[in-house]
Amino acid sequence: MIFTIAARELRGLFLSPLAWTLLAVVQGLLAWIFLVLVGDFRNLQGRLAALDNAPGVTDLVAAPLFRVAAWVLLLLAPLLTMRLLSEERRTGTLDLLLSAPIGSTAIILGKYLGVMAFLSVMIAMIALMPLVLAAGAPLDFGKLLAGLLGLILLAGSFAAAGLYLSALTTQPALAAAATFGLLLLLWVIDMAGTSQKTAGSLFAYLSLPRHFDALLLGLFDSADVAYYLLFVVACLGLAIRRLDDARLRD
Amino acid sequence: MKGEILVQVERLTRSYGDIRAVDEINFTLRTGEVLGFLGLNGAGKSTTMRMLAGVLAPDAGRITIHGVDLLDQPRQAKQAIGYLPEQPPLYREMTVDEQLHYSARLHGLDRAACRQALLRVKDCCGLVDVGRRLIGNLSKGYRQRVGLAQALLHDPPVLVLDEPTVGLDPIQLREMRELIRRLGRDHGVILSTHLLPEVQAACTHVQIMQAGRLVYAGALADLEQRRRSTHLRVGLNAPPPVASLAQLPGVVQVEDLGHGRFRLHHASGVAPHQAVLERACADGWDLWEMTPEHAGLEQIFVDLTLGEAAA
Repeated sequence: MIFTIAARELRGLFLSPLAWTLLAVVQGLLAWIFLVLVGDFRNLQGRLAALDNAPGVTDLVAAPLFRVAAWVLLLLAPLLTMRLLSEERRTGTLDLLLSAPIGSTAIILGKYLGVMAFLSVMIAMIALMPLVLAAGAPLDFGKLLAGLLGLILLAGSFAAAGLYLSALTTQPALAAAATFGLLLLLWVIDMAGTSQKTAGSLFAYLSLPRHFDALLLGLFDSADVAYYLLFVVACLGLAIRRLDDARLRD
Repeated sequence: MKGEILVQVERLTRSYGDIRAVDEINFTLRTGEVLGFLGLNGAGKSTTMRMLAGVLAPDAGRITIHGVDLLDQPRQAKQAIGYLPEQPPLYREMTVDEQLHYSARLHGLDRAACRQALLRVKDCCGLVDVGRRLIGNLSKGYRQRVGLAQALLHDPPVLVLDEPTVGLDPIQLREMRELIRRLGRDHGVILSTHLLPEVQAACTHVQIMQAGRLVYAGALADLEQRRRSTHLRVGLNAPPPVASLAQLPGVVQVEDLGHGRFRLHHASGVAPHQAVLERACADGWDLWEMTPEHAGLEQIFVDLTLGEAAA
């Protein structure tokens, strides 16, 4: 049942020009940045050779690329998630799901999996670029995988937040704006946390990119992974509650 | 099985804020019945149907569908319902086949069963030729039919149709009514409408809702009885006192409408037109108008609500 909903969601995305446009824009933009990064690396190569324990191509190309990709995902995730539930509610198609013999949990998980499948396609396409370098340079696959995992976890958090906010309104634009605001806030919340005071370090801990940076360095800390998973579970839980609530209030 | 109880609704209540949209209604639906829900806009028809379909939770009351409590075991109960909302829940970017396939899968049909169900409902609803067309490009009438086909996919014993004939042209209207009558033979159908002819054409039973309450429930034949002309409007240039009109044989009550017009209430089937005519000629009332008034839907509402208040 979950997969039926997820499959329709994914199909729906690919039937709209939005998904294709986003894929093209992201790929084009990141390809440009990738080229610049590779060019920089070539220029630096001579000096790096002289250093002991010098950063490799994974650190100087893949990691910065993923960092930019995270930003791009932040910008476009709201566009992908905004319609998930708000549009269904507005056009009345939600009634089909609500009157079918399926629970709210299955509906939310189906929607989430659908959009995650799309984001995975996008991330896979981004990952292809540094992978190409394997043909001519030594890649640190451990670091690369950690970075990719971070990117997926990050995208998963974005999508979960967007799904919840999409459940709150009937207007996709409103859902997108709210999602964007929330994600941006969580992105920059650690600006308040540069000092070592307790409140400051709490903010730093809450920030989304903080946990991503560690993964980019190849540091796999289960606390970082747990942070993202908790964030996703919380958002999805809220979305399920909201959908149950809709039957009560609406 | 004919006469088997399919839907049992007890003291169903639902409010939106301070407004009581549905107020303690009770009714029963059996196999072989087509129950027409009549009511003006905002009478609570759609709210009731949404609750039956499990889309909206009631504030209080019980709904039992095919022996299963809708609130306790929603999944099982929903499997027994086919629901067509006011706005058919269709994805514009999908084709008819895709939409129906998706809906069938949501209702737990496996692939083989899906194919068969699709053929069956497309044939039943006249959609064989449009299977590959995009729903967004279909006319309102076709979308309505896709919506109905979707409700029939899992072959539910109960059909809940919210204004199923809105937007259909006269031919489609006739086909839809015929289809509903046919479905009514071995299903239980609940349909809502605000058109009386609709009920007459397709239903066996009728319920009238007014401001969230059920003001009338019964077989269609009984309503027909009520709807028979029971009023005669007369216009007189030289009217007698009201009392002498009231004494005419068959007249139950006289309403003075002003300007020499009167509405004579009489028992159905015994119109006093002959008596009025004779007296008018004999006493020189100067009769210039005499019209039998058929009770419109509105009149029935007024009668019923007045009757409620009096009773």
